[in-house]
Amino acid sequence: MNAAALAREDRYLGDLGPKLYVRLGGIGLGLIVVSLVLGFFAKDWDRFWRAYVVAYCFVISICLGGLFFTILQHLTRAGWSVAIRRISEGLASNLRWLWILFIPIVWIVWTDSEGGLYHWTLGAEAMREMGGAEAGLLAHKEAFLNPMFWTLRAALYFAIWFALAQFFVGNSIAQDTSGDPSITSRMQALAAPAMILYAFTQTFAAVDWLMTLEFAWYSTMFGVYFFAASCCGFGATMILLIYFLQRAGRVTESISIEHYHDMGKFLFAFGIVFWAYIAYSQYMLIWYANMPEETTWFMVRQLGSWKGLSLLLILGHFFIPFFFLLTRHTKRVKGVLAAAAAWMVAIHFIDMYWLVMPMVPIELVQSVDGDYAALVIAFQAPENAAYDLNWQLFDVTLMLGFAALMVAGTAFGLRSRSLVPEQDPRLAESLAFENY
Amino acid sequence: MNDGAGTTATPAQSPRTIPSPSSVDESSEKLYGLLAEFETPAAIVSAAKKVHEAGYKWWDCCAPFPVHGLDKAMGIRPTILPWLVLGAGITGGTLGMLLQWFTNATNLELWSGPIWVTGYAFLVSGKPFASVPTWIPVMFEMTVLLAAIGAVVFLLLLNKLPQLYHPCFKNERFARVTDDRFFIIIEAKDPLFYRAKTQQLLTSLGATAVEEVQA
Repeated sequence: MNAAALAREDRYLGDLGPKLYVRLGGIGLGLIVVSLVLGFFAKDWDRFWRAYVVAYCFVISICLGGLFFTILQHLTRAGWSVAIRRISEGLASNLRWLWILFIPIVWIVWTDSEGGLYHWTLGAEAMREMGGAEAGLLAHKEAFLNPMFWTLRAALYFAIWFALAQFFVGNSIAQDTSGDPSITSRMQALAAPAMILYAFTQTFAAVDWLMTLEFAWYSTMFGVYFFAASCCGFGATMILLIYFLQRAGRVTESISIEHYHDMGKFLFAFGIVFWAYIAYSQYMLIWYANMPEETTWFMVRQLGSWKGLSLLLILGHFFIPFFFLLTRHTKRVKGVLAAAAAWMVAIHFIDMYWLVMPMVPIELVQSVDGDYAALVIAFQAPENAAYDLNWQLFDVTLMLGFAALMVAGTAFGLRSRSLVPEQDPRLAESLAFENY
Repeated sequence: MNDGAGTTATPAQSPRTIPSPSSVDESSEKLYGLLAEFETPAAIVSAAKKVHEAGYKWWDCCAPFPVHGLDKAMGIRPTILPWLVLGAGITGGTLGMLLQWFTNATNLELWSGPIWVTGYAFLVSGKPFASVPTWIPVMFEMTVLLAAIGAVVFLLLLNKLPQLYHPCFKNERFARVTDDRFFIIIEAKDPLFYRAKTQQLLTSLGATAVEEVQA
């Protein structure tokens, strides 16, 4: 480490900041408008709102990963990560405004009386009148799955995430000017309860927003699956953000190849191996027990073109990146690691798409009246081809728009702030850190 | 490693027989090498770099804890251990798969050494005999097991461990290698080893003491 070069490095976004948040913010909003227009012409709003949920979960999973990583560093009193922690704080700071983009989903839950997005918004009574076999099941779940309680829970998650982001990001930035080491002690002391709050809210949010898309289906591993996926999206995004920041001449000295190596390890451990471990565990338990109400969820994902997407996840989310990032050599070349991270961000989006998009249409479920073998055959009928994998342009434009807003929000959160926690008592340790 | 000039310059006469002021009357056949003591990690790293640049091959560094940058200063090649562990892991995964395929998906009968073994294809809850999802936990465990055992065994083999005796143990100064001193040992069998010249080199590198070690 070169002390003179370290003193000279540019640790502020400077003029890059407004460029990023004005332009990317504009691009993001523009892309969302374009998506709305595309959705208007497609005239399939149910499909549009599912794409909206995909894009929303893609972005919030990355920001939640940032919050998790920030809390984790304080919980473990980590030294190595101090130099890169501000970037994860920047991503976590988006949790202070991401609730705004959630309002349309709440609006849909309150107004969608036909159960187009969340089947359960139809209500047990209406479902029974339509002769649905699952109405009884919904009646049992209605105490939990009703728009009011669902909205209150979402408000609680956002309130907790807002508070956690405010506390950990705000204190870290306050330390930059005050240099008070007791701030670090305070964050460490609160990291443990914060992590518990994070674990509960993140799990319940994953259940509420993603798992209840098919209210009859349940998996006790679903919250952990979303967590593993969010670590994948976050780890890859952080590598990319730091890579491009360094390309733009920022924090070129304090973030070294050693930090890249460890970020690569984080992505490898959480985003690739842990994800595969949880995805397999979830699949194996359901496959082995072979209960019809559980297996439909995976069955849909093995029909038609969904099967190809499922196989793509197994190969592209685990086997290929596993062997690619297994060796230390690929993790220690910035460009190579950044390329792997770009791939993992893309595959994380496909993972979210795979969670949300495949669906058994409610009419189809009701028409077969609980006969799941008939459901398999019905799904393959030509008139149900629309439920097979069919990419829409707005799937991608919405995702890109949300991602642009996320990067803009991160840049806005870090505007005129140092990109390194200047006064953190462990910064020197982080700068001197080396891997064996 | 670079040993070009050094190797060709090796005299026909063994360097060990060159008399030196302090070891004339000792049995020079028993000289193991020269042990140099350093007081700080920084001193041993810079010294190791010079010894490496001088072209020595039969030498080593001893320190109470891992010293950052020492491997690089010594010019040690990257270890092949990861590749051996990868091989062990793949072997484990394959063995785990074959074991389950043989026991659950076949009715093969064969002698396994003195024991007669037979596959036992048995239908469990309507799943196929060759049911890959059920194999994964055992394949995973076998991969981890053989990779972990392989890592330990190959680590010991590559480092020629366990080694219960080393000539340096006779040196009283060397006891502090587990506490607060750092040592470079250059062995007498190195082609570049000359008793006086090597001592001069080590002293010039800032060694606080240079002592002979008898084999």
